Amino acid sequence: MATAVPVRIDWQAIVADPRFQALHVAKTRFLWGLMAFSILFYFLLPLGAAYAPGLFARKVFGPVNVGILFALSEFLVAWGVAFVYARRANAEFDRMSAELIRDAEKIGGRK
Amino acid sequence: MRATVNRKHLAVLGVLAAAAAVATPAFAQGAVAPQWRWLAFSVFGAIIAATMFVTYLAAKRVKSAADFYTAGGGVSGLQNGWAIAGDYLSAASFLGIAGLISIWGYDGFMYSVGWLVAYITVLLVIAEPCRNIGKYTLADILAYRNNPRATRIVGAISVITVSTFYLTAQMVGGGVLVKTLIGIDYEISVVAVGVLMLAYVLFGGMVATTWVQIIKAVLLVTASIVLVIMVWSQYGVFGDFLSNVVADPKVQARVAQILGDASKGMTPEQLGQRFLEPGLLFKAPIDQISLGMALVFGTAGLPHILMRFFTVPTAKAARVSVIWAMAIIGGFYVLTLFLGMGSAMKVGADQIRAVDPGGNMAAPLLAQALGGGPDSLLGNFMLAFVAAVAFATIVAVVAGLVLAAASAMAHDLYVGVIRGEHVTPQEQVKAARIATVLVGALAIGIGIAAKGQNVAHLVALAFAVAASANFPCVLLTLYWKRCNTGGIVLGMIVGTFTAIALVLVSPNMTYPKPLKAAAQKVLDGSAARKAKIDADLVVAADDKAKAAVAKAQAALDKDVAGAKATLERFGKDDTSLVGLEKPLFELRNPGLVSIPLGFLAVIIGSLLYRDKRAEDMWDELYARQNTGILAAKATAH
Repeated sequence: MATAVPVRIDWQAIVADPRFQALHVAKTRFLWGLMAFSILFYFLLPLGAAYAPGLFARKVFGPVNVGILFALSEFLVAWGVAFVYARRANAEFDRMSAELIRDAEKIGGRK
Repeated sequence: MRATVNRKHLAVLGVLAAAAAVATPAFAQGAVAPQWRWLAFSVFGAIIAATMFVTYLAAKRVKSAADFYTAGGGVSGLQNGWAIAGDYLSAASFLGIAGLISIWGYDGFMYSVGWLVAYITVLLVIAEPCRNIGKYTLADILAYRNNPRATRIVGAISVITVSTFYLTAQMVGGGVLVKTLIGIDYEISVVAVGVLMLAYVLFGGMVATTWVQIIKAVLLVTASIVLVIMVWSQYGVFGDFLSNVVADPKVQARVAQILGDASKGMTPEQLGQRFLEPGLLFKAPIDQISLGMALVFGTAGLPHILMRFFTVPTAKAARVSVIWAMAIIGGFYVLTLFLGMGSAMKVGADQIRAVDPGGNMAAPLLAQALGGGPDSLLGNFMLAFVAAVAFATIVAVVAGLVLAAASAMAHDLYVGVIRGEHVTPQEQVKAARIATVLVGALAIGIGIAAKGQNVAHLVALAFAVAASANFPCVLLTLYWKRCNTGGIVLGMIVGTFTAIALVLVSPNMTYPKPLKAAAQKVLDGSAARKAKIDADLVVAADDKAKAAVAKAQAALDKDVAGAKATLERFGKDDTSLVGLEKPLFELRNPGLVSIPLGFLAVIIGSLLYRDKRAEDMWDELYARQNTGILAAKATAH
């Protein structure tokens, strides 16, 4: 349970630790940036369908029009965002947190 | 000893469910013809046998509350990804979206996008932090730094509300679906779904539920891939497939039917092309945006989805599972484009709507057509297989929902609030099982009571409450230092109530007055129509003209009967459920208003309330949710 956390970890010191601060800054910028981009891109689809039907109906090749390509691009972009996030998290965030987990009980000078 | 007793009970329940499904005397007409019903039951039986065997194995492994609620945290990222897909791809998305595309074309496909994009929110800001600090339930996350009693109560109430809405839609939808597919009585279908689900959850807990969801997701994806290969293989590349859609006379006729007078002067080719353009179904863009918000933020607040992240051992495994889920769910929705467009050609919107006006039968009918039609063995085998997959889909989704609601009831309300965490491990498991039976019985009861009700909007309402109450509370307690008990309580109450209240006064409800006026108009105009038919009959020279007159007569009879039924149904009733003559709020989905209000309520509640503990614990929560310190140790036991 939440309250059963051992007292020997100095959470304030961990949050103040430069390594945690670096992780926090990197994650905050990256995650909320990706999030804002994804949501804006998603809402372009219903907005475009409603306010630019002419553009969506424009044929690109054969019967395939801008609207279909744009809807399909939503899938590619969602997968792309997942890929970009996973790569960064696997390479960088995991390593940074692993260090903090390893040193968690030492940070703050307590034993 | 205890385990043996459990497994004996399991066998009894399994036989009961199978008997309820097979030995049904009362058959109505379903999509599967009576002489092929044995095929459907064989496929059903095989799937039920496989899932029961998994449950039997799982029952041995479920000993503690952690095993019951979260499979002991021992599910791998890949397994969990498939299980999330199995939990999420409900019959509404499997059958519903393919149906929407087959009837409405492009708009149906556009609708499917939001269900995938929703997982970006889950992936980026919810899954890993929840894994790092959570234990069994959504309220565990809220209770971490806030007043545990208060937040568990509001959290559990919201979880039970969301799950019950979703559950009702699944039970009613499932009953209707099984009846439409194979003609089993509605009540018996509901009981069979309920009893099977209880067998899985009660004996196998999260272990069995996870495997049932995995099996179902694999079956669903396999069935879809086979169908898409069959429907696409006769055509060349993507463009050729769509060229055939555009050139199809059934598709062109459908567009002409939707557009009515507006289609005059359009060439057949233009009509077919129109099917690939937006605007046939969705008229109000603001409704689309509101629904999109509910999907994109609501998924991250769905308790049965959140709960799946407690079943994996680490944040990294949680990440892997969302990525797998996105691959499976996204791939599936791309396939629905071909299933939908394929059935628009091979079956046709008229025939799909004749079996089910909502279009839910598009994929099963496509399977039958691709296999060789209603009289062939392969066609019927494929229809039976898709029907069985649909049934497995409902059971798997219902199992996840019941587990989420039961955990809120047993873990949050009983163990957390009533017993103040002072319970033995045995009592915890017992409480979990009792809560499961209660929720399961409730699900069956609601399913039967809600027979004939239009519950389609309940799924959207579940997403709206999850997005307006659960999501702001979880997000802000994880990321905003000032968030505290006051904010969580106010946010949960405001989010839940505004979402529900706005739906109660929205166009989703039934408003008798305009319906009665329309019915009266049909009756008033019937004499003139009858006169025209009589006049046409006199001048009808050939068989073709006579057939047209007979068709007009049949349409008139149907309209008159429908209008009379409408007038009779409402009688003197002029107002909706909450006493309104017309909607007060024009949006079908409340998200656009209720989500910002939910966030605002959390912020205002937090600023007005002083909660030293929430602030003191911020460092601990923030460090843990970001790094996973102590998370691995917490799950080892």
